Amino acid sequence: MSMTIAEKVLARASGKPEVKPGEFITAEIDTLMVADMSFYDSFVLLEEKGHAKIWDPDRVVVIMDHQYPAQNAVQAEKHRKIRKWVKQQGIRHFYDGGVGICHQVMVEKGHVLPGHLIPGGDSHTTTYGALAAASCGIGHSDIAYVMATGSLWFMVPGTIKFVLNGVLPTGTSAKDIILKIAGDYLVNVAQYKSVEFTGPVASALSIDDRMTICNMGVEIGAKFAMFPCDEKTIDYLEKRTKDSINPIQSDTGAVYEKVYEIDFSTLEPQVACPHNVDNVKPVTEVEGIAVQQAFIGSCTNARVEDLERAASILKGRQTHPETRLIVIPASREVYLNVSESGVLQTLLEAGAMLCPPTCGPCGGLNNGILANGESAIASTNRNFKGRMGNPESSIYLASPETVAASAVEGKITDPRKYL
Amino acid sequence: MDMIRKGRVWKFGDDISTDYLSPSFTLDEPWEVTKKKVLHIHDVFTRECREGDIIVAGENFGCGSSRESAAVNLKRLGIGCVVADSIARIFFRNCMAVGFPVMICKGITEAVAEGEILEVDFESSAIINQTQSKKLTGGRLHPDLLNILKSGGILESLNQ
Repeated sequence: MSMTIAEKVLARASGKPEVKPGEFITAEIDTLMVADMSFYDSFVLLEEKGHAKIWDPDRVVVIMDHQYPAQNAVQAEKHRKIRKWVKQQGIRHFYDGGVGICHQVMVEKGHVLPGHLIPGGDSHTTTYGALAAASCGIGHSDIAYVMATGSLWFMVPGTIKFVLNGVLPTGTSAKDIILKIAGDYLVNVAQYKSVEFTGPVASALSIDDRMTICNMGVEIGAKFAMFPCDEKTIDYLEKRTKDSINPIQSDTGAVYEKVYEIDFSTLEPQVACPHNVDNVKPVTEVEGIAVQQAFIGSCTNARVEDLERAASILKGRQTHPETRLIVIPASREVYLNVSESGVLQTLLEAGAMLCPPTCGPCGGLNNGILANGESAIASTNRNFKGRMGNPESSIYLASPETVAASAVEGKITDPRKYL
Repeated sequence: MDMIRKGRVWKFGDDISTDYLSPSFTLDEPWEVTKKKVLHIHDVFTRECREGDIIVAGENFGCGSSRESAAVNLKRLGIGCVVADSIARIFFRNCMAVGFPVMICKGITEAVAEGEILEVDFESSAIINQTQSKKLTGGRLHPDLLNILKSGGILESLNQ
């Protein structure tokens, strides 16, 4: 039988020749990703249940990024316990604070392989679909179950396909593509589905850009969000892993529940307005709205190319005196790259302030909570009321280019005028 | 776990996110503080919800983060169950994982008004609007998921 990528992964992981959408299976997990908060909570549960022995410590990756560096003694104490457990359990793949945001680290350090089933303790685990992995967020009881058994139940999802046609216009990038899809097809278009992105625009996108799109797959409801494995995937991975690479693709004749053909040749920069990710408008319709904070960071849009694009706009310019610009590169590797290339200097000269490579203010956890009545424009993934720590504030989501241009003018600004 | 839930309905719209069910600014707070901020977007819910009340919501209930506290908070508030037109995937998983019953029923928002009395049977998937004497049928849970619910969560099933 012809299968989609998701069906192939779940069939292999459940030891079956084939699976069909709607089927309920128990699958063996290839790798489990856990970030600081989810590791702490799940390990406490495991201890309570008397199961504090991880099924295979080499297949668990622990990354400190959400509440890091500790903001208070409670968090610091949690970190201390996490380090103790990691040692106790013999977990080799432990990345303490400073290495980067979990999803970036997973990909950079070669923990993500095409065709692997990788649940993770964070909703944006869908990011690894950029390398054709079947990855999705789970909560901490499910994590505890995986840590104890190495397996988990899954419902086989139907697959939908977005065919990205045309050529991406100057001044637009991956974020604009996924925001346009969210705006036009709404936030539950992919609910409980596996999504595949194909077509000429998809093929032309870099792995960084594919990560942005897969990252926000969860914002349109997706269980998995994937690009098929191609030359770019293999090139990227050969530098990062010695493991053999399965060039996984959907079979010809695989069944899609729906196929959306979209032409992006006339795409404009997009902005998701408060307080929902599908409240999307072209930047030209929202220009002029004042923003007190601009944030380029998060697992969505803080990779090398994102920072280069922001720097190309900020070069020789200054941020607006009434707008603070926070930049958080996604990892130490990204930091090193942009510090060598001079991009970091450009950002600093323009007035950006830099924070350690963690989640930062994206989830309202640290480094940039908003005041009552303030608005932020951010390269992040969610703009729900209170997301950045204060329900009396507003969040606009946009590409790093649009965030950079808006930081210069102190109001939402079309980045194309600076290119 | 009791597989029949009966209670007074609170209604919510579409896209009720985990940032409303479990706001980041409550994550390090004690329950006494947190419980007053669950679903803070609603004027009176946090003040007036009672043990056994049922939440009826629109599309995409529980969208957003994987934080399990979104499901746990509703359970701790004593909410009987959630019935929604559709439920976001991770939240659905988390509800099963912590033994909190949720049901998907297309059309539920139109069929129920706030304050009406609903009886939801998770074994048969029958939903009875007692106020209007109307019956609906929701999505059936897979028998394995029903078992997880009955035992009170995924880790309890581990111990069986």
